Amino acid sequence: MNAWTLTIILLVMSSLFYAVAKKRSLRIAEDIGGIRYLHSAPRYYGVVAAALFAVPALSVLGLWVSVDENIIVRMVLSEFFADMQSADQAEKDWLVSQIQIYAHTGQLLATENAQVLKAAADRYQHLVDQSETLRNASILVLGAVISFVFVLFISAKIRARVIAESIIKLFLLASSLIAIFTTIGIVLSVLFEAILFFQKIPVRDFLFGLEWSPQIAIREDQVGSSGLFGSVPLFTGTLLVAGVAMSVAVPVGLLSAIYLAEYASTKVRSFAKPALEILAGVPTVVYGFFAILVVAPLLRDFGLVLGLDIARESALAAGVVMGIMIIPFVSSLTDDVITALPQSIREASLACGATKSETIKKVVLPAALPGIVGSLLLAVSRAIGETMIVLMAAGLAARLTANPLESVTTVTVQIVTLLVGDQEFDSAKTLAAFALGLTLFVATLLLNVTALYIVRKYSEQYE
Amino acid sequence: MQTETNVTVEKERIVIHTDTSKFDARKSEVNQNVFIENRMTADNIDVYYSDNHAIKNVSLEIRANEVLAIIGPSGCGKSTFLRCLNRINDIIDSCRITGSIKLDGKEIYSSDFDVVELRARVGMVFQKPNPFPKSIYDNVAYGPRLHSLVSSRAETDEIVYSCLERVGLLSEVSDRIQNSGTELSGGQQQRLCIARAIAVQPDVILMDEPCSALDPIATAKIEDLIDELRSQYSIVIVTHSMQQAARVSQRTAYFNLGELIELGDTSQVFTNPNHQLTEDYITGKFG
Amino acid sequence: MSSVQIQQSKAVWESPQFKKRLKKRNAAELRFKYYGLGAVILGLIFVLSLFVSIAVNGFSSFWQTQAQIDIYFDPDTLNADDLAGANYGKLVKQAMYKQFPDVTKRNEKRELSRIISIGASFILQRMVINDPSLIGTTQTLWFPVDDEFDMLYKHDIGRNVESGAPSRLSINQIIWFDQMVDRGSIESRFNKTFFTAGDSREPELAGLRGALTGSFLMILVTLLISFPVGAAGACYLEEFAPRNKLTDLIEININNLAAVPSVVFGLLGLAVFINFFGLPRSVPLVGGLVLSLMTIPTIIIAGRAALRAIPPSIREGALALGASKTQTVMQEVVPLAMPGFLTGTIIGLAQALGETAPLLMIGMVAFIVDIPSGPLDPSTALPVQIFLWADSPERAFLEKTSGVILILLSLLITMNVVAVYLRRKFERRW
Ligand SMILES: Nc1ncnc2c1ncn2[C@@H]1O[C@H](COP(=O)(O)OP(=O)(O)OP(=O)(O)O)[C@@H](O)[C@H]1O
Ligand SMILES: [Mg+2]
Repeated sequence: MNAWTLTIILLVMSSLFYAVAKKRSLRIAEDIGGIRYLHSAPRYYGVVAAALFAVPALSVLGLWVSVDENIIVRMVLSEFFADMQSADQAEKDWLVSQIQIYAHTGQLLATENAQVLKAAADRYQHLVDQSETLRNASILVLGAVISFVFVLFISAKIRARVIAESIIKLFLLASSLIAIFTTIGIVLSVLFEAILFFQKIPVRDFLFGLEWSPQIAIREDQVGSSGLFGSVPLFTGTLLVAGVAMSVAVPVGLLSAIYLAEYASTKVRSFAKPALEILAGVPTVVYGFFAILVVAPLLRDFGLVLGLDIARESALAAGVVMGIMIIPFVSSLTDDVITALPQSIREASLACGATKSETIKKVVLPAALPGIVGSLLLAVSRAIGETMIVLMAAGLAARLTANPLESVTTVTVQIVTLLVGDQEFDSAKTLAAFALGLTLFVATLLLNVTALYIVRKYSEQYE
Repeated sequence: MQTETNVTVEKERIVIHTDTSKFDARKSEVNQNVFIENRMTADNIDVYYSDNHAIKNVSLEIRANEVLAIIGPSGCGKSTFLRCLNRINDIIDSCRITGSIKLDGKEIYSSDFDVVELRARVGMVFQKPNPFPKSIYDNVAYGPRLHSLVSSRAETDEIVYSCLERVGLLSEVSDRIQNSGTELSGGQQQRLCIARAIAVQPDVILMDEPCSALDPIATAKIEDLIDELRSQYSIVIVTHSMQQAARVSQRTAYFNLGELIELGDTSQVFTNPNHQLTEDYITGKFG
Repeated sequence: MSSVQIQQSKAVWESPQFKKRLKKRNAAELRFKYYGLGAVILGLIFVLSLFVSIAVNGFSSFWQTQAQIDIYFDPDTLNADDLAGANYGKLVKQAMYKQFPDVTKRNEKRELSRIISIGASFILQRMVINDPSLIGTTQTLWFPVDDEFDMLYKHDIGRNVESGAPSRLSINQIIWFDQMVDRGSIESRFNKTFFTAGDSREPELAGLRGALTGSFLMILVTLLISFPVGAAGACYLEEFAPRNKLTDLIEININNLAAVPSVVFGLLGLAVFINFFGLPRSVPLVGGLVLSLMTIPTIIIAGRAALRAIPPSIREGALALGASKTQTVMQEVVPLAMPGFLTGTIIGLAQALGETAPLLMIGMVAFIVDIPSGPLDPSTALPVQIFLWADSPERAFLEKTSGVILILLSLLITMNVVAVYLRRKFERRW
């Protein structure tokens, strides 16, 4: 039975219990003289019955799915490969994937032990099938029993509406808690692997090391002498690209926001503002392609004219394109901030005999400064966390340089390249990606929270 | 009827202004003022906000060294008219103005009159206090610094302190002159705005209900200030208090539904209005 | 009164110094204004060049250069017992040799047969298996030419062999191809392959259907998860949540999550869904789960704004009639906020549709030829396809990349237009 069938069965059963409970409450109402003698409207009894069926069934299902694979694998291993108990994790993983692949596709990845492997795979498949049958039966029975008991006990006094409402509220609460769980999930998933990484590579070497060449680590014959994981070149690369991006985005974004908010006629504004905001909706991979296709060759040619040698993949090209991407962030956040300032302040300045630009420079911008700083911090956080543009246009060479004409690599690019393709989950190389992820998450978290705090403080001021 | 009005005005005056001689002195001064120079003249002004005809064919002049009061019911276009005089209405997109306004004989809506110079010469205090979110000091120093009227810190200090003194704010804020202007109370903010306007030393000062947020004592101070300023400037003041109009102004204009109904010497408008609408308004029948 | 004050007079404003300063200030004003205008224009130029460069490059990908040849379904080559395994390539080659009888040398023959895409044999295979009666007949058919010739025909790329431009075309091949053009047996036709095929190593055989299906499945999963959860979360926070530490924490989390880099979500997906829960790599289900987590904050934020815009009078009215709080929210408030929820969801999904980095990390970057048929089949997605093709060295893939981008952008634009339309249509002034 596949996932779809199970879902449909669960849905059908829930609606069945809904209908039964509703019917029964109607019958009871008839006996005692009408619906108004029931505590709640009949459909609430239905809702409670359906929920009492679905909620336990789904929770058990979730629990089951999350553990059964592990248990089955362990059972198979201890049955067929008892001598492997002490083997290291990588070997076990390799064995497990061999078994699984044979079970799923009938292909053998290695020839040694073929007989045992086949037997193990059969056993594995058998256990998986058994587990699935047992799972489906038990969740259906469990849900049905609970719901059925409720249906039996329906009476005029049961406060079905209150129960139904608490169930709904619980669902609502759980939904909003997803945000917290996601954050916890992020923190845990990067933290655990990062800790494993720091057991292999000291934190100091990671944070202050000047050389990054993780590739050496995967060579089997060099186990123990792992690659070099000094991430300073990645940090400088990230900052270099983000710096170029901000130096494009800040002037263009700020000035265009100011122009559109303070000078442009309503007509121009209503055309140009959404036109600029289109830039925010373009996927980053498209910007990456734009960088390869247009900007990098253009900069190269331009560099040749000036006698500069700009690498085919350069921090400059990636930064410029990233800057273009960030323009709408800067400009729309700035626009929000300066249009939130009361008009009366502008009038006061103009009435003192200030020109418009003096008003903007001496009154509007200083007053809006906290909000603008907040929005710039958010933009920086964007730039640091951006992946595709740098992946496609900045290169992979971890170079400790401040020259934007060279190719550099960034934290995000390394995270992706370390994890794309096959990977052993406990090699230093893979774990390094999580350590980088942790650094990135912490850095952007600090930026975001500070920015959000500043922006909120600011917007309260002019409420 | 007319005598009744008179009595009310008298009473009010006595309550707030114990110094009656001042009131009389002011009146006699007007009568003695034989040289009447027109600082600003407005001819056939019409103002539209999109389709809303807010000012209808208004003509009046503002004389040197006089206080002109503009009164009228809410929404009759007092602020709108005032805002035409320093072209601050230019920044409202929907606003359209026809007619002619001259400052010292020069058309202010013509292209060769620099609007910056105009606004420097015709200062304004707004209906709602609108201090900059800057320190009290910087609020007052804003105009003089803009126009380079001051070249040293000492000069700036002098202007800032004297202006704050004149609006009666100095003693209240002397210990927190570097605090933000927005931290002051509503009345203090309004006086700060007046100080900011006079710090530019304009020729004409437009005041849109400058005392609506003030207590009687502060109001009295401002009224004294207005009287003092009159020796150098022309002042146009919009007010909802007829007593105030009677106390501070030499001439009074009564607006209704965008039209200028009556314009005349304050004493005449309040004691012997020519127009029925004016009489209804000042006797409280309407407005 | 101060000395400064007394000196003051009309003279200040008339003084030449003041007039000079005024001129300077006005010039500065004008300059500032032009800086602003320049910035706006620059921004618009960026928008324009982005779209124009991609459109110019991409439009030709919707056309395919095809060659007309007469195929003789040779019964000698097509063994009736093993139709699937027959040498269809030979049929194509023979047809080409017939067109150019004076080509006799072996290596020249090989060069000649390369003009037609190797995909031709698959087309023939399918035809014969579907209709074995073709054997023995001669048919005039159109086949895609190899991508190098496609480029040659469309953009005249690769002709200058002498100039040392890196081209794999030989002079002979160019001459033969030009002869075919002169004979009228080369034509540019609508590129159906592009929309019906999966990925391929051969540019002329590659299509976006696999990626499109993958994206569709992923967005479907995202929609099914993020819409109910997002809407419910918004309802809770706006209508039920007490003002306490927990609510504050949730709010900070939501706002922060909306700004967490997408690679970090990729790490989450890899560590939690694939490693911990053991879900398979490269499948739309996992992609959809990760994208849901990224989309939920967007929907919650938009949903809350929609709920906040509903005046309290609506709630008070229902409560006054004796409805419970939950009833009021479910029956009165939520239906009114629905357009807002939908708008937020569409915008969130549009963002998710363009997301690439997290998908790379959960393995959706593999080379997959088959069209996925369910959320548990390995697949790629449109943005990943763009990334993959942009990386390919063949000139023809450049055009294909732009073509996929055009499709992706038009999907995004459609979604945003729908969102704007919904917002306009249901926008209410209370
Ligand atoms: N910015 C504006 N846009 C459109 N209409 C306006 C604007 N400002 C004022 N009006 C309209 O112009 C008319 C005159 O308004 P104005 O503010 O001049 O009245 P007022 O006499 O100052 O009233 P109050 O005593 O209440 O301050 C009113 O009908 C008002 O609605
Ligand atoms: Mg007014």
